[in-house]
Amino acid sequence: MKKNTPDSTSPATLLPKCPTGIQGLDEITGGGLPRGRPTLVCGGAGCGKTLLAVEFLVRGAVQFDEPGVLMAFEETEAELKANVASLGFDLAGLVQRKKVVIDYVHIERSEVQESGEYDLEGLFVRLNYAIDSIGAKRVVLDTLEALFASLPNEAILRAELRRLFRWLKDKGVTAVITAERGRDQLTRHGLEEYVSDCVILLDHRVNEQIATRHLRVVKYRGALHGTNEFPFLIGDEGISVLPITSLGLNHKISTERIATGIPRLDAMLGGRGFFRGSSILLTGTPGTGKTIVSANFAQAAARRGERVLFFSFEESPNQIIRNMHSIGLRLEPLVKRRLLRFHSARPSLYGLEMHLATMFKEIAAFQPAVVIVDPITSLMDAGTASECRGMVTRLVDYLKAGQVTSLFTSLTQAGHSLQQSEASMSSLMDSWILLQDFEGNGERNRVLYVLKARGMKHSNQIREFLISDHGIDVVDAYIGPSGVLTGSARAAQNALEKAAMLASQQEAAQLKREVDRKRAALERQISDLRADYETEALELRRIAQQVGTRTFVLGTERAASGRLRQADIKVAASTRGKSKLGGKS
Amino acid sequence: MRTNKTSHATRASEKALTTRLTDKYVLRLFVAGATARSRQAILRVRQLCEAELKDNCTLEVIDIYQQPGLARENQIVATPTLIKELPRPIRRFIGNLANTDGLFAELALITKDQTA
Repeated sequence: MKKNTPDSTSPATLLPKCPTGIQGLDEITGGGLPRGRPTLVCGGAGCGKTLLAVEFLVRGAVQFDEPGVLMAFEETEAELKANVASLGFDLAGLVQRKKVVIDYVHIERSEVQESGEYDLEGLFVRLNYAIDSIGAKRVVLDTLEALFASLPNEAILRAELRRLFRWLKDKGVTAVITAERGRDQLTRHGLEEYVSDCVILLDHRVNEQIATRHLRVVKYRGALHGTNEFPFLIGDEGISVLPITSLGLNHKISTERIATGIPRLDAMLGGRGFFRGSSILLTGTPGTGKTIVSANFAQAAARRGERVLFFSFEESPNQIIRNMHSIGLRLEPLVKRRLLRFHSARPSLYGLEMHLATMFKEIAAFQPAVVIVDPITSLMDAGTASECRGMVTRLVDYLKAGQVTSLFTSLTQAGHSLQQSEASMSSLMDSWILLQDFEGNGERNRVLYVLKARGMKHSNQIREFLISDHGIDVVDAYIGPSGVLTGSARAAQNALEKAAMLASQQEAAQLKREVDRKRAALERQISDLRADYETEALELRRIAQQVGTRTFVLGTERAASGRLRQADIKVAASTRGKSKLGGKS
Repeated sequence: MRTNKTSHATRASEKALTTRLTDKYVLRLFVAGATARSRQAILRVRQLCEAELKDNCTLEVIDIYQQPGLARENQIVATPTLIKELPRPIRRFIGNLANTDGLFAELALITKDQTA
């Protein structure tokens, strides 16, 4: 133990750990296997025990500069090298560079006869020699239990195995011992009795025709560890364990907003679209335009110069490109400029875990800013609902950690309650947009609404969603006393309203004209009256003038006649004037 | 050292194959240090060689502590191990040779053949 310097963990209270370098396993075990102690890896046939052990060794030699010894009891050196070469492990090269020593232990049962007492000192010497020859820090004993088949005396064997594990601990090497799964116990020969520090159980189960490998840390003395069963897979880069909760909920959060590619939809989302790094769920019944909305989003992102990775589980890339071209979305140039990448696979191609691993790998390789999965519900076919949910959780976690915006489309089966069928998935999502069919009036029309959008003001309105040669258009649906109207009903309603408006406009104009006419008539009357009045006033003036003249003339006449008659002057003049006046009038 | 041994063994086996009737015995005993078990095994083999096989026997005793590389080459797991290289077939006897019935049977078969 003292030969090794515990370096993987800083707090002295913690058990020093030896990182395996295997994706995900170090997260589950909180840093790796117990350093300087043996770890038992058990499982049934074909569940990846040898591979896990070899990867532990190879990664140790390559990544952590810890040379290792592989003592193989079942496969020869050449076989092992060939087997792991397909996973990208250059075991042969490592052996050549003296980073790994492989010692194939083989006992031909038919050659061997027991003749008295013995021990397994030969094994110890070989192991010791191999360890010392390269200064190994890691040791793998691949299916030590093969000895039980070769050596008949179990009592000796058990005693020697106990000694071996003690010896390994004293030697200070971190050892991985693989063992076959037993019927009632972890291993067929009860090796778990001797290895008590860390036990990892591997399992390969077939559920509904889909095989999934699982890993569980059964025991880890002196350390916290994930106790769940974690799915893992063997890809072309070795094992990757996929811990569901590996990342926790502490990813960095962006306040940046990104446009959806549909201005009206942006407007519905507080005017600026989705948050960067958020997860978006787009649900809809068949034919509601989920892929189109996704493609729009993809195009918008790619045009901003962001890389978009489009996972399609229903259509081939060329089909999507062609279909989108028909509505005016030109995706091909974006593909050529390496801003948009499609990855198409049938859901039934392989199991859910393999899908997830492939997706992780694609994402890691392409480093996209936006990931679209169309549709996520297809993957339900590749696994059970709970597995699918776990997978989506992991995918969302992974994407969020990398601040990748993700859009998942989800196909809702007609007849299901929407909320019910999506409930398991929706809680993972930050935004949820719903596309729906409205049937009525002899036609089907699409509507769209924002069901939820975490952290932003969003519209509560139903919008009609039109697909034309020029792409998507979102228009206000008619909401009136008779409910929501879409399509031709909306158009009819619009026409109706227009007609009514026109009619009322015409009516008003007519009324105005009438009033104008009345006013004109009145004004004419007024001017007539005024003209009458003026004539009469003129007449009056003329008469008054006449009267004045006549009076004057009369007066003059009387005076003249008086003078003629030379009469009695004043009195007669006045009386005669009167009578003459009265007689004349 | 190693090449010497193997070439020696190869030569020996070739010789044995061509001249089957000479029936030369080649035995190699692997022990781990000078334990009681090792000593017992060595003693037994020596007795056997002298008493039964006379001069017809080559015995090599190897201490794997001294030559750990040989343990790997010869697939030694248990100690002591006695390997009967010649005559063919190869046989391994593990243990301190306290029980030599099996060993005698193997060797006696050959001696009987020879006498017969």
